[in-house]
Amino acid sequence: MTATQDRPAAEIGKDRRRKEDQRLITGRTRWTDNITLPGMLHLAMVRSPFAHANITSVDVEAAKSSPNVVTVLSGKDFGEELGACINAWPITPDQKTPAHSPMPADRVAFAGEIVAVVVARTSAEARDAAELVDVEYEELPAVVGIKNALKDEVLAHPDLGTNKSALWVFDSGEAGTGTDAEAAITEARANGIVIEREYRQQRLIPAFMEPRSVVVDPTGEQITMWSATQIPHILRFALAATTGVPESKIRVIAPDVGGGFGGKLQVTPEEWIAWAVARRLMKPVKYTETRSESLMAAHHGRDQVQTLTLAADKDGKVTGLKVHLDADLGSYVAIVGGGVPVLGAFMFNAIYKFPAYRFECQTVLTNTTFTDAYRGAGRPEATYAIERLMDELAAEVGVDPLEIRERNWITHEEFPFTTVAGLEYDTGNYEAATAKARASFGYDELRREQAERRERGDRVQLGIGVSTFTEMCGLAPSRVLGSLDYGAGGWESASVRLTPLGKVEVVTGASAHGQGHETAFSQIVADRLGVPFEDVEVLHGDTQVAPKGLDTYGSRSLVVGGEALVKAVDKVIDKAKVLAAHLLEANADDLDYADGKFTVRGTDQGKAIQELATATFAGHDYPEGMELTLDADATYDPVNFNYPHGTHLCAMEVDTETGAVKMRKYTCCDDIGTIINPLIVAGQVHGGLVQGIAQALWEEAVHDEAGTLVSGSFVDYLLPTSADTISFDVVHTDDPSICTTNTLGTKGVGEAGTIASTPAVVNAVVDAVRHLGVNDIQMPCTPERVWRAIHANDGDAATPADAMPHFHEGSLNQDEGAGA
Amino acid sequence: MIPVKFDYLAPTSVEEALAALGEHGDDAKILAGGQSLLPVLRMRLNAPEVVIDLNGISSLRGIRDDGDAIVIGAMTTHHDVRDHELVKEHALLLAKAAAEVADSQIRHRGTFGGALAHADPAGDLGAPALALGAQFVVQGPGGSRTVEADDFFVDLFETAIGDDEILTEVRIPKHTGWGAHYEKFVRVAHQWPIVAVAVTVKGSIDEARVGLTNMGSTPLRARATEAALAGASATEDGVRAAAEQAAEGTNPPSDLNGAADYRQHLARVLTGRAVLKAAGAA
Ligand SMILES: Cc1cc2nc3c(=O)[nH]c(=O)nc-3n(C[C@H](O)[C@H](O)[C@H](O)COP(=O)(O)OP(=O)(O)OC[C@H]3O[C@@H](n4cnc5c(N)ncnc54)[C@H](O)[C@@H]3O)c2cc1C
Repeated sequence: MTATQDRPAAEIGKDRRRKEDQRLITGRTRWTDNITLPGMLHLAMVRSPFAHANITSVDVEAAKSSPNVVTVLSGKDFGEELGACINAWPITPDQKTPAHSPMPADRVAFAGEIVAVVVARTSAEARDAAELVDVEYEELPAVVGIKNALKDEVLAHPDLGTNKSALWVFDSGEAGTGTDAEAAITEARANGIVIEREYRQQRLIPAFMEPRSVVVDPTGEQITMWSATQIPHILRFALAATTGVPESKIRVIAPDVGGGFGGKLQVTPEEWIAWAVARRLMKPVKYTETRSESLMAAHHGRDQVQTLTLAADKDGKVTGLKVHLDADLGSYVAIVGGGVPVLGAFMFNAIYKFPAYRFECQTVLTNTTFTDAYRGAGRPEATYAIERLMDELAAEVGVDPLEIRERNWITHEEFPFTTVAGLEYDTGNYEAATAKARASFGYDELRREQAERRERGDRVQLGIGVSTFTEMCGLAPSRVLGSLDYGAGGWESASVRLTPLGKVEVVTGASAHGQGHETAFSQIVADRLGVPFEDVEVLHGDTQVAPKGLDTYGSRSLVVGGEALVKAVDKVIDKAKVLAAHLLEANADDLDYADGKFTVRGTDQGKAIQELATATFAGHDYPEGMELTLDADATYDPVNFNYPHGTHLCAMEVDTETGAVKMRKYTCCDDIGTIINPLIVAGQVHGGLVQGIAQALWEEAVHDEAGTLVSGSFVDYLLPTSADTISFDVVHTDDPSICTTNTLGTKGVGEAGTIASTPAVVNAVVDAVRHLGVNDIQMPCTPERVWRAIHANDGDAATPADAMPHFHEGSLNQDEGAGA
Repeated sequence: MIPVKFDYLAPTSVEEALAALGEHGDDAKILAGGQSLLPVLRMRLNAPEVVIDLNGISSLRGIRDDGDAIVIGAMTTHHDVRDHELVKEHALLLAKAAAEVADSQIRHRGTFGGALAHADPAGDLGAPALALGAQFVVQGPGGSRTVEADDFFVDLFETAIGDDEILTEVRIPKHTGWGAHYEKFVRVAHQWPIVAVAVTVKGSIDEARVGLTNMGSTPLRARATEAALAGASATEDGVRAAAEQAAEGTNPPSDLNGAADYRQHLARVLTGRAVLKAAGAA
């Protein structure tokens, strides 16, 4: 096709309000729980209160005789037809993977695991009866916590003989992508700087707004499952693979889905149970979890201990990095549970030119809720570690943290750049993003204020945190996934159909759950095909409507799915051109396509795409040999990941008396290539930032020694609201680094804010109190932790006088001028 | 989540409510704003057979002037307490504390009486009520009686209200012209306080009342600090020295938000700050 020069890209780059928002916000739409089918039955789950126990008996009699209960089933009532929860990514050939039944008959491995299901005519009756199910357990010792699990004294699954699931290693010396990290560390111990740290990535709960919900209708030739899932296509595949029902007999629908953040990238025991019950009773069933169940039994994220060794020369040029992760899988290896920390393997070297790198990841099983993807999945953990370490290196060398980064980063002339982890970064400009962020933030001024507050011994100290992140996203080149033993590909599919009256139906295999695909994809099609934005309808999330796809996660929908869409639109235009040439009695080479219209060069004759759609529908006049359709499908398999990056700067105030922290300013300058819709990008960035900040300051899933989730409600699992955040300063580079591996030049932005912000915040908090002898504070940086860190060195004679905390027990606030 | 099934009664007078309470006894629960009761029911931590809703009893709502005291009806919402002129004039501390309860939605539903009857040691209204020397009027089958603030809070979630009684109103002795500040320490805005300090002072400083939230199983008075502040001048040093005694005799919990020793430290720091603010010196 000819470029659409005379028509400016009207839609791409426009702040379109999201067309899906009205129905999503008002709830006048199809959430799974809103679906009611004739004769539908309701399920309630009976869950184990124990983290590890043998099930000795399940007495369902009382529950069965409760009003309007249809049946009560426990694990032993099911056979093969119950299927299994799958692990799609065994990270090593010898990975230990415990069998994961949706409803075990013999033994539970975490508190919240399902032991029985009650089926009743209403959900209230099902819930009442669930309390009458009498399960006898023989409690077994539970293993909780990574370090306990590594000891292999108490086993999460005794039959496996160990808690260690898999050890995955990458070594740049062995891979030929760099030199030997151990040698670099040895050299640095003698002649340079070695920074050794252990960082804790606490466990988080995705806490999507809409609880998980599933409806199964077994009546009819195909069995239909509606589920609040991110992955309808993968779900159908897994149902077929594990329950023996042919794929062609399964239809999965993800209707409007209220958020996921990776938390709905799962095939869940609840879905499998609903499926099995519906098939057994031949009646539609529904299950919607309560918030308590969601917090306890939907998968958790993060949870790693990171043991890190950074080697550098005396000027702070990094010579090597060694990473050892111990990652908590929880009770089972969930669908990509083992793979999540491995996704981080390629990101610890971040934007830097490290010559040597070694990465090891040991996954361990514990008797806790299983873990899996959570926004950023592996990359936030990696980014946190390296960005914290770079700040530590700066402190060690005695230079500004931005300076230490500049000494190590890839300069913009060096792209494309092959990293020590073996990835090829196509484009980027860290200098530009940093310069813009720095100016917008008022970096020098805040540094001055920080110095003044230190000088004065102010009660409230100021800290500045830096995070110059990059990430790999747009999951993913299928061959690369194959080389990592991932169980699927990373391509995406799209179809474009023209209706008889000239409207456009776009079918995508990406499955939006709040991201705004319908709007962004409409903008792309509007520009590319030259039709009004309003005329584009985006269809998704139903395997019958969008039969092919790999769904939404890993910041992939636009960069992979969007590219498939572009290819499909181009095919439509190619087909239409043949018809246009025929109808205009012109040579196809003399046609230009712009603004949705073919014109014969040098004449005023033309045919609009809508006219061609109608002509195709009529079929009265078309060229010999033309197939009578303009519709087209396309599949796109990305050739590379893409690598958005950005410089995030955060200023935090720390009340040294109480340990309370307060955000003062947050600036981010992200370079994400071409921006299709700035408003959607802003939404992704703002929300992403808050999610990352929440890891730094608020959220933590805590299990006690017995394996009970202590933070089991929003009273104890602290989610921030708008009242807890400030207005972020979100900017972008003036001359973005266009992605070279897709036509639109876009890079992913769905996870960027979350990946980047956590270390920026913690770096700022540590920076505020570093002069008081603090070089780390465990996340979340609660006031108590901050306060204890400040006072850990009280009475330590080695603390230099100018770094002395200005108050001690018994003599509060000696400082006169500090104010109250 | 769905509560266990219960019967719902909506009396329109206190007498009617008391009769229902008498009839159902232990099986009944009073419903005020529902902001504490409903979560408990929905999580099935409690399963009363009968819920007696006080929202239809208009005499329990409202705030009036009663000579040397103001009287707040049990069913008056946090929002109304916060905004009422009588409260601002004669019991500023209460207005300030009510403003800090949860968020706007909850303040429009939750009630003054419900919060005090619930007696959550982390509730924001107990310490101010205690500091102001509130008198609790409870009505039972035999009529009304008045319970002094010092006797009202018995233990965690336990008050002097009998099983067959209803809290009808709370008398707050007038503290006209007293300065006040409620210093609430939280990690996120919608949270119950980790520690909070309720202070009201006459002059700067003739007399001081200091209440502590979440520093024990009931709201507490920091009496040693009060004594040290009486007649002191509102200087930073003097106030901080008095505040040093704020944690004396407290027995705060240890949980995810902080260990007991940290809470005691906070009580001292926050008391100093609250007093200075109440006295207009910060
Ligand atoms: C998300 C959330 C956050 C919150 N945050 C805070 C906070 O930060 N600070 C804070 O202080 N509170 C907080 N609350 C609690 C809120 O203040 C409640 O409103 C209050 O604790 C209870 O008042 P209520 O009117 O809702 O009482 P209800 O929930 O209706 O009743 C509470 C209890 O008191 C009993 N009761 C009620 N009225 C009477 C009466 N007249 N006589 C005898 N017994 C009675 C009931 O039987 C019940 O046991 C929060 C609540 C929620 C849901």
